[in-house]
Amino acid sequence: MREVYVLGVGMIKFGRYPDKDVPQLGADAAVLALKDAGMSIKDVEMFVCGNLFQANAMNAQRILQQIGQTGIPALNVANACATGSTAFREAYIGVASGMYDVTLAVGVEQMGKMGLLGGGARSGGESVEGVLGSGLMPAIFGQAGVEHMRKYGTTAEQFAKVAVKNHKHSVHNPLSQYRVEVDLNAVVKGRMVAYPNTLYMCCPTGDGAAAAILVSAEKAKQFTTKPIKVACSILTSDPYTERDLTMPDVNTLTKNAAKQAYEKAGLGPKDLDLVELHDCFATAELLHYENLGLCGEGEAGRMIDEGRTTIGGDIPVNASGGLLSKGHPLGATGVANIYEVVTHLRGQAGGRQVEGAKAGMAHVIGLGSACTIHILTA
Amino acid sequence: MAAEGSSELRKQRPIIEFLRLPSDPSEKPYLAGYRCQVCNAHYLGENRVGCSKCTSTEPLQDVRLSDRGSLYVYSIIHQSVPGVPVPYVSAIVDLPEGVSVRCNLIDVEPDPAKLPFGMPLEMVTRTVRERREKNAEGAEETIEIVAFFFKPSHN
Repeated sequence: MREVYVLGVGMIKFGRYPDKDVPQLGADAAVLALKDAGMSIKDVEMFVCGNLFQANAMNAQRILQQIGQTGIPALNVANACATGSTAFREAYIGVASGMYDVTLAVGVEQMGKMGLLGGGARSGGESVEGVLGSGLMPAIFGQAGVEHMRKYGTTAEQFAKVAVKNHKHSVHNPLSQYRVEVDLNAVVKGRMVAYPNTLYMCCPTGDGAAAAILVSAEKAKQFTTKPIKVACSILTSDPYTERDLTMPDVNTLTKNAAKQAYEKAGLGPKDLDLVELHDCFATAELLHYENLGLCGEGEAGRMIDEGRTTIGGDIPVNASGGLLSKGHPLGATGVANIYEVVTHLRGQAGGRQVEGAKAGMAHVIGLGSACTIHILTA
Repeated sequence: MAAEGSSELRKQRPIIEFLRLPSDPSEKPYLAGYRCQVCNAHYLGENRVGCSKCTSTEPLQDVRLSDRGSLYVYSIIHQSVPGVPVPYVSAIVDLPEGVSVRCNLIDVEPDPAKLPFGMPLEMVTRTVRERREKNAEGAEETIEIVAFFFKPSHN
């Protein structure tokens, strides 16, 4: 496989765009990434679009209809919340395989004010939501947090500290959907959604798009002196574990992906300068500290207590504000994480810059389940 | 025509396929599952093509799962879809066969201090809603939709 570099990234501010549609949002991000790379759509040899809720709508082609119908191979992928990162990975494989020198990945989603996700009625049957427990995301990640409490004695307040940190980071991210600092008391006393996650500990729904241009080493040299290398691109699915079919196990497939990622990149957790990880709920972030090897098993609570994952700490996590503040337009999220890491590795992250960042990780989980990890290096 | 409304026909129907309601009243309702005959992994619910644990595609054996279990973890749900009363406890219950089931816990307070991990639980069934339907002969009947719940077990 060949080395692959990120030459350009683009992202629109996450929020609500009731006057635009999915192809327009995706096209906006694609144009930003092309400009950033110093390229035109005519340079792109293959294009992958990630979008979940309109996976059958040919959005890749409709984006090209907005920005240039060059007739290149274009395809559409869906992989739950890992949709955008899976699109990025397919574009990566296109270059790594030697088949293409320049590929484009777009992640885009329009959720509007969509409410709670998941669960709902079974097809052709009775609705079981709220009768046979809850299949909605807040319940799934509430239970995952309670499992961590059971195993390690983690407290609701330690989970709440994740929200305090990420909302604090978001203030410095102009593309974040919310940019409001919230103190610990407000998070803990906030409206309970699904124990132990209160309102401020749940990501919002919204619209957004992000894009990336991936190129071969030779192509990168022609366009920049500071290319960002994709040191690994990993995708795992959920292996059999005891309760996975009843209570989605978000841990094992992340641990498997992390192990492969570090091996492939030839780096360890201590070599990372920043991590963007999948904090769809505050509980999830602490689990992933351990799953990604940022601390030992059972040490995540102490890690947040000691402030090690705040900007300025030894391994800043979710400097962007995370999904909790930046927003989580499902298909856009995976590419937006790449955007954030690239921005830090270039030293362009402004008030939230992790100083001297040389290596960063982007991690995404899609329930059902899929996990992607990309490690990028300057 | 003459029969309409004159005699009440009532039937019970499980809310989900794997809850079995035996017609013999001396038999208790139970949860149905399948067991891999190669590695003994147990699964809740419908029959499967193969075993996701050991990858065997030998036919699985249907089993009647235990109506006793223990509380693994839970969440207390305060916000739900319209029509679902809150708060309630959504729980993961471990059964002795090594399979877990998701359910509502009843006869408990929705308070973490009152929900000890490992608490012994037992299954009960209740009618949760009713539907009026016409049967094959065209007569109206009332269908009781029956769901299963777990509650603290004191024996």
